[in-house]
Amino acid sequence: MIEMKEVFKVYKNGVTALNGVDVTINQGDFVYVVGPSGAGKTSFIKMMYREEVPSRGNVYINGVEIGGLKKKEIPYLRRDVGVIFQDFKLLPRKSVYENVAFALEVIEENSKKIRRQVMKVLEQVGLKHKARFIPAQLSGGEQQRVAIARAIINNPKLVIADEPTGNLDPETSWEIMRIFEDINSKGTTIIMATHSQDIVNQLKKRVIAMEKGQIVRDEHRGEYGYEA
Amino acid sequence: MKLSTMGRHLREGSKNIIRNSWMTVASVGAVTTTLVLVGIFLTLMLNLNQLAQNIEDEVQMSVYIQLTADETQINELEENIKQVNNVTSVEFSSKEEELDKLIKDMGEEGEQWKLFEQNNPLNDVFIVRAEEASQYKAISQKVKEFSNVDDVTYQQNTVERLLTFNKYARYIGFAFISALILTAIFLISNTIKMTIIARQDEISIMKLVGAKNSFIRWPFFVEGMLMGMLGSIIPIALVLFGYKYLYTNFNDRINMSFVELLPFDPFAWQISLLLLGIGVVIGIWGSVMSVRKFLNV
Repeated sequence: MIEMKEVFKVYKNGVTALNGVDVTINQGDFVYVVGPSGAGKTSFIKMMYREEVPSRGNVYINGVEIGGLKKKEIPYLRRDVGVIFQDFKLLPRKSVYENVAFALEVIEENSKKIRRQVMKVLEQVGLKHKARFIPAQLSGGEQQRVAIARAIINNPKLVIADEPTGNLDPETSWEIMRIFEDINSKGTTIIMATHSQDIVNQLKKRVIAMEKGQIVRDEHRGEYGYEA
Repeated sequence: MKLSTMGRHLREGSKNIIRNSWMTVASVGAVTTTLVLVGIFLTLMLNLNQLAQNIEDEVQMSVYIQLTADETQINELEENIKQVNNVTSVEFSSKEEELDKLIKDMGEEGEQWKLFEQNNPLNDVFIVRAEEASQYKAISQKVKEFSNVDDVTYQQNTVERLLTFNKYARYIGFAFISALILTAIFLISNTIKMTIIARQDEISIMKLVGAKNSFIRWPFFVEGMLMGMLGSIIPIALVLFGYKYLYTNFNDRINMSFVELLPFDPFAWQISLLLLGIGVVIGIWGSVMSVRKFLNV
């Protein structure tokens, strides 16, 4: 599903974010990416939806090398990837319904299908009754659930979350994790960068620990921590 | 593109116009100002052009035939002149006709020329016309070389001055109009850019969920087009009413055959259409230009 071979990323300002990363992630995996701030977690993740391209090395997603992707092909890659952020990135002036529908609108789905899909996915994240609310009227956890709904409405093969529980209290975080587990159980790959020791240690999954742009540990059912 | 998608773009574009009303006012204002100036300038320029054209049409060349030429030689000369490039007509005018014309042109003083009716000192003349005033120089040089030609004259100074004037008027006009249009595009793209910064999140989310660049650009296209249309309303009204007023009041007072305003219909309509077109182009260009930078995410 995802394969990185000798991936280096050096930004224009000279910072080396990735320093020779080799990794394979299979379809259906649930992966935590842990490590201190500045370890390269976000750069690692950004490669997977081609927000960044490697300075050296190759990244393959479903066999396609993303560095060689033409500009026109990028949107199609992203339609197979759902992305979730710490700060939710919802459109403040649109309702919950509209925020979720947006993801289908921009890929020009027909309106009947949009309505059906949106209600279905809102039910899945438990927000059907708040479809008409705007983000400001929701709690942080609810906002994140809207963002998840938007990310999964396309039935992506891969969901990427960059510290999705970073702004949420522990209880709400667990709600979010239950939704991720649910999605994962249906075969979707989940890659999640996190600082939450509790989640990683209790909900045991594969752990990729990064430090200084390198993978220092890669364990199935691993523990939190990033010392080699 | 699907019809429903087109509908969405139209809705989004119009919504943005209303939502960012101060930006719309600023942009539409820029288009309006530009188009008013362009409209006035175009009207002026095209009328001047027409005036020059009319004067140009009055220009003709006289080829004086040597007094000694007989009829066959004159016919031969006529044929030769007709062969010269760009000559559109050659008309024979006998010395008697020339004298009549002279007497008529001179008015009162012409009377004394009547003395010459018995012993006419004038030449027979070919009156030659060319397609364009600029061609007389070359034609005259050619014709001078033919035999039995006494002299060739045309209003050389008038023609040359006219041509230079026309040329510079056109250059200055185009430079002025281009500068105006570019300024308007720049103003609009900057105003819209300010509102895009607010919409940047929306654009980045669109990109994230896999929207194509063209999809993101369309509402801006619509927005620009609408602003261009809105901006051309006042200028068009101004041209239509202003020109109507000018046309009815000006043309009656001046009775020179070649000083004549272009007729209201179709001229004013053509200008209106042109202004609308320029407005739309300015709006779209400015709008699409401003979004370009934000698409490379």
